[in-house]
Amino acid sequence: MNPLLQIVASSTTRSQQQIRNVALIGPPNSGKTTLFNRLTNLRQKVGNYPGITVEQHTGVMALPGQEITIVDLPGVYGLNPYSEDERVAVNVLNGNMDGVPRPEAVLLVLDATNLTRHLSLAAPVIALGLPTLALLNMGDLLTRRSGSIDAVKLAGDLGIPVAIVSATMGTGLEAVGRFLECANSPIKTTLPIVQDVRECRKWAARVASESDYRPPLPPTWSRRLDDILLHKVWGPLVFMIVVGAVFQTVFGLGQPLSNALQDLLTDMGQKAAPFIANGFLRSLLLDGIWKGVTSVLVFLPQILVLFLFIGLLEDSGYLARAALIADRTMSFVGLNGKAFIPLLSAYSCAVPAIMASRTIENKRDRLATILIAPFMTCSARLPIYTLLIAAFIPERPVVGPFLGSRALAMLLLYVLGFVAAIGTAKMLKSSVLKSMPAPFVLELPEYRCPTLRSVGLRLMDRGRVFVQQAGTVILLVSLLVWGLTNLPLHQCQPPELEDSVVAHLGHLIEPAIRPLGFNWKIGVGLLTSVVAREVIVGTLGTLYGRDPQTRSVSLQSALQHDLTFSGAMALLVFFAFAMQCTSTLAVVRRETNSWMWPAIQFFYMTGVAFLAALVVHETLSVLN
Amino acid sequence: MRLPLSDLELGETAVIENVALPEAERQLLMRFGFFDGAEVRCSRRAPLGDPVVYSVDGSEVALRTETACRIFASPVDDKATREQKG
Repeated sequence: MNPLLQIVASSTTRSQQQIRNVALIGPPNSGKTTLFNRLTNLRQKVGNYPGITVEQHTGVMALPGQEITIVDLPGVYGLNPYSEDERVAVNVLNGNMDGVPRPEAVLLVLDATNLTRHLSLAAPVIALGLPTLALLNMGDLLTRRSGSIDAVKLAGDLGIPVAIVSATMGTGLEAVGRFLECANSPIKTTLPIVQDVRECRKWAARVASESDYRPPLPPTWSRRLDDILLHKVWGPLVFMIVVGAVFQTVFGLGQPLSNALQDLLTDMGQKAAPFIANGFLRSLLLDGIWKGVTSVLVFLPQILVLFLFIGLLEDSGYLARAALIADRTMSFVGLNGKAFIPLLSAYSCAVPAIMASRTIENKRDRLATILIAPFMTCSARLPIYTLLIAAFIPERPVVGPFLGSRALAMLLLYVLGFVAAIGTAKMLKSSVLKSMPAPFVLELPEYRCPTLRSVGLRLMDRGRVFVQQAGTVILLVSLLVWGLTNLPLHQCQPPELEDSVVAHLGHLIEPAIRPLGFNWKIGVGLLTSVVAREVIVGTLGTLYGRDPQTRSVSLQSALQHDLTFSGAMALLVFFAFAMQCTSTLAVVRRETNSWMWPAIQFFYMTGVAFLAALVVHETLSVLN
Repeated sequence: MRLPLSDLELGETAVIENVALPEAERQLLMRFGFFDGAEVRCSRRAPLGDPVVYSVDGSEVALRTETACRIFASPVDDKATREQKG
């Protein structure tokens, strides 16, 4: 016998022990998540493991007479702690993860159409000695493409029960319930040294051939589609059409939906007003809580539209091809192709973009993507851009009838954000976030038709995470800002805005922003727009509306009187760079699981914005 | 004759002899089927030439040239392979 083989010593049977916690483990692309959704019927919770960025999914599976908690472990190829994901899997399985009880049984998901490769994960999992059920997923595909496997022989070889299932079709899953009712520890069997990946591979190949595994025929459909979608000419063309469609839809469909939702929510607030006693309570509920909550909720349509697209692209298998096509270009700034979709979606809103960066496995690349995403010109910048451009830049044709000076100004602001993002990426990737040479390895899965169920689930999951997490933080900040506009109290009455703490803060920071050509009102706008960029327009509206000198004129002409041309241009540039968005900061905090990165991002972006605005103001003042 | 995977022609098959990469990367690549003795076919190039897609172990895996150039393999004469298998 090969000296590298060892005997698993696990004679204790646990048949009498009741099972309450089960871990679900499997390689990426094994259909593990679909299976998880099937088993739990959507009764799931998403959180983060303490101290790290890996997401923790737990769900409840209802069996007759009892409920079982299922932990969906990250997709891993092995159990050697090379990556954070694998460390999490090992720690959970060994009961070393805080707040996660050690599972009493394991469900091992393997792709039946890729069995030789996926089986090598079986060795380290079986070696843990926990009762384990191997689920050969995509059994339907295996049969359809004329492959086969002798499940009984495989079970004999592995020493654990084996079931052939299809998570998409929902077939064969009754085996899970039967297994959990009377789960036994693995029968003694020979396993390779599990730390040695190569030995595991050899062992897997041997087990597969002993179980009469006949791999499926190559997916002709996928290859034929790739001939077109990865074609030298058609490939990039289709890619650009897809990208354009995503951009256009998120912008063209998500934006109006967001606006409609905004109107609806504002209307609801106004309708509710008469039912609340005038005064403190109404102001707290409507100006404080309701405005805060709705300013987050209006992003929801864009997020859902974007994730509908990402879901369709990912589930169909096209996202991997898009990453392959974009990789060459992205590598110039030190990122890989998987960063492309998140950065593209940041043109609409950085919040979903940062959430979409989860498809990037390399932690440093993912962090770099998260850090540069808010530089891309998001839709929340448009209100202030439109206002200032209309007020200060006269419309003149630049390129005949095709491009006017105002459109050109807008375009330049887009370019400015893009250049800042690329420059920052380059800087980060060549210094603090320089990757350890983690090679870019991208598996091209077979094309599949996305199911309504899995895309719908993803939308629900993302929507819920967004509303829960960002909602709580932005709620607190809005309450804080509201509180500051209502303090200090004079004889139990809120002060005039000019006497409020916010106005004092505006005057306090005025010396710092005067070199940029801003007055204290702009200063207050900058302060309140930390909540969200578009808030500055509303704030300025309120402030100029209260000023006796500008009360009767529109905000546009009020600004023309109160700001110089160079100050206005400096303000535009400031908004191109500055991190004025609590939702984004909250999401960055959530995704990086630290306060450090959002803090660094905030000060860096604001610093760049300040310097750029200073340069613009000085230069234009000198020229005039 | 031994040459890096990145030098394979489209459609050419080779057997990996040596993965000259740091241990962690070797382990990662092994998980995808790139290990000594494995048969790899160069199946297509990304439209911009890099990365290159390899057929390995029944799946399609893309590697950048910077990685592929450090995996050394000896090309298999296709005819000979067919005869062996047949």
